[in-house]
Amino acid sequence: MLDFEVFTQQLITGLSNGMIIALIAIGYTMVYGIIELINFAHGDVFMLGAFLALTLLGALGMEAWGPSGQVFGVALMLIGSAVFCGGLNWSLDRLAYRSLRKSSKLSLLVSAIGCSFVCMNLGLFWGGAPMEVFSNGNSAAAPKHFPAIIPQINLLGDGFLRITPADLLVFTVTIPLMVGLTIMVKRTRLGRAMRAVAQDPTAASLMGIPVDRVIGATFFIGGALGGFASVIYSLYNNTIGFQMGTRAGLDAFTAAVLGGIGSLPGAVLGGLTIGCVRSMSDQYLETRWTNTIVFCILVLILIFRPNGLLGKTRKEKV
Amino acid sequence: MSDFLLDVRNLHSSYGQIEVLGGVSLHVTEGEIVSLIGANGAGKSTTLMSISQVVQPRSGDVRFAGESILGLRPDEVIRRGLVQVPEGRRVFPRMTVLENLMMGAYLRNDTAGVEHDLGKVYELFSVLKERGSQIAGTLSGGEQQMLAIGRALLSKPRLLMMDEPSMGIAPILVSRIFAAIRQLNSEGLTVLLVEQNARAALGLSARGYVLETGAIQFEGPSSELLSDPRIQSAYLGD
Repeated sequence: MLDFEVFTQQLITGLSNGMIIALIAIGYTMVYGIIELINFAHGDVFMLGAFLALTLLGALGMEAWGPSGQVFGVALMLIGSAVFCGGLNWSLDRLAYRSLRKSSKLSLLVSAIGCSFVCMNLGLFWGGAPMEVFSNGNSAAAPKHFPAIIPQINLLGDGFLRITPADLLVFTVTIPLMVGLTIMVKRTRLGRAMRAVAQDPTAASLMGIPVDRVIGATFFIGGALGGFASVIYSLYNNTIGFQMGTRAGLDAFTAAVLGGIGSLPGAVLGGLTIGCVRSMSDQYLETRWTNTIVFCILVLILIFRPNGLLGKTRKEKV
Repeated sequence: MSDFLLDVRNLHSSYGQIEVLGGVSLHVTEGEIVSLIGANGAGKSTTLMSISQVVQPRSGDVRFAGESILGLRPDEVIRRGLVQVPEGRRVFPRMTVLENLMMGAYLRNDTAGVEHDLGKVYELFSVLKERGSQIAGTLSGGEQQMLAIGRALLSKPRLLMMDEPSMGIAPILVSRIFAAIRQLNSEGLTVLLVEQNARAALGLSARGYVLETGAIQFEGPSSELLSDPRIQSAYLGD
């Protein structure tokens, strides 16, 4: 029997997680849109963003800060991880991908898988330091507790349904970012250049658009969104580990494909769908089936609707 | 020597190991229409891409308005007024007509000048004004060619290089496009016209070059090329 309150609660959780997945999915979809690369390192860049946030939190002793100090702390982690992940993603493009622009797509893809391993092992090495604060004698590979520095109260009072400040944080961070990104792509000079490079890089260079710099900027923006996502993910789920990028990355990649890879609204729709599917599966099936279901969605979409829900079926006159 | 607006000297270019241009030399004087004709695969497009510095030439020199532009970035070449309309139009298919035109003005900051030039493009091709909000990928081939030319004009060219503007276009539109080229030239624009349609190109230009397997085989006034029996049999279908 379907309990309406339980269902609603799972919907709230699903939408919150879905917004985080969507933010990561945008990073996949933007990079794919511009150079047709699935940047497999993106999930691991996201993971390193969470590690940086934990490091900042521990090193600055944010847990001891008062409520208003912690608001500042959250903002600091958001900005720090966004700049860090953006810079890291930009560096991957500069060091590993740019010299392969004219090679086959497969070389680029294998290079991205390599970058994923490198980043994941950097995370293992780093361990979400400072270890003396968080390891509790565990190895660097063990999942780390990410302290809940935002209050875990129910904003709806004493009822069964819970909406926490963490839920609120998810939406107040993700929605403005998505709106801002959409406006940026549609209206600004950089956004127009990004669309031009995505549609025809040679023609774009004949307009005087610096193609490599525009691609670099795309990597930075995609990475920065992953950085924002990593901080709200950590504050929302309170556990991080060096392998978290793989699962979050696969959820987000599935979301991007589901929505139609290359499409920004598609990534958001796909993210929300995957988030809700996950929470419903956790509730009504069993947690251990959840990953299987997500993978089945990925496989079914690739077979039956490879352009995704909002993807472009290319119909252009030549 | 430096009377030439564009002076290409002994240009060599290759893709990987394959040499495509084996020493191309040509020049264009300000105010001229010059045509560059040749068969498919002769290296016409590579010549233009090497002049635009989208393809890096291996050796030789490209001088524009008296200065070497070899090794400059493509955007620096455009800023100097050397602009290309690429083969196959290459409009941005999922942008509107107006967005496409404004991409041509990407490097410009003079809003008033851009507005003025946009008005002139609309005078030349009124269909672009009527279809301003249409998605460019849904235009016909001829309309896309007009859009590609209009977009290049918004880059404020001193010399416009056009790569096969007649390719795959209805004959009635070809004559309209060639009439537009003549009009632009009479208003002071210098044109380097690359064409497979040799008769039409030589009919428009004062001088011409014939490119064969990466090198210039013939050059001279268009009237002489048109009456040369070797060129007639190879390129004019007589």
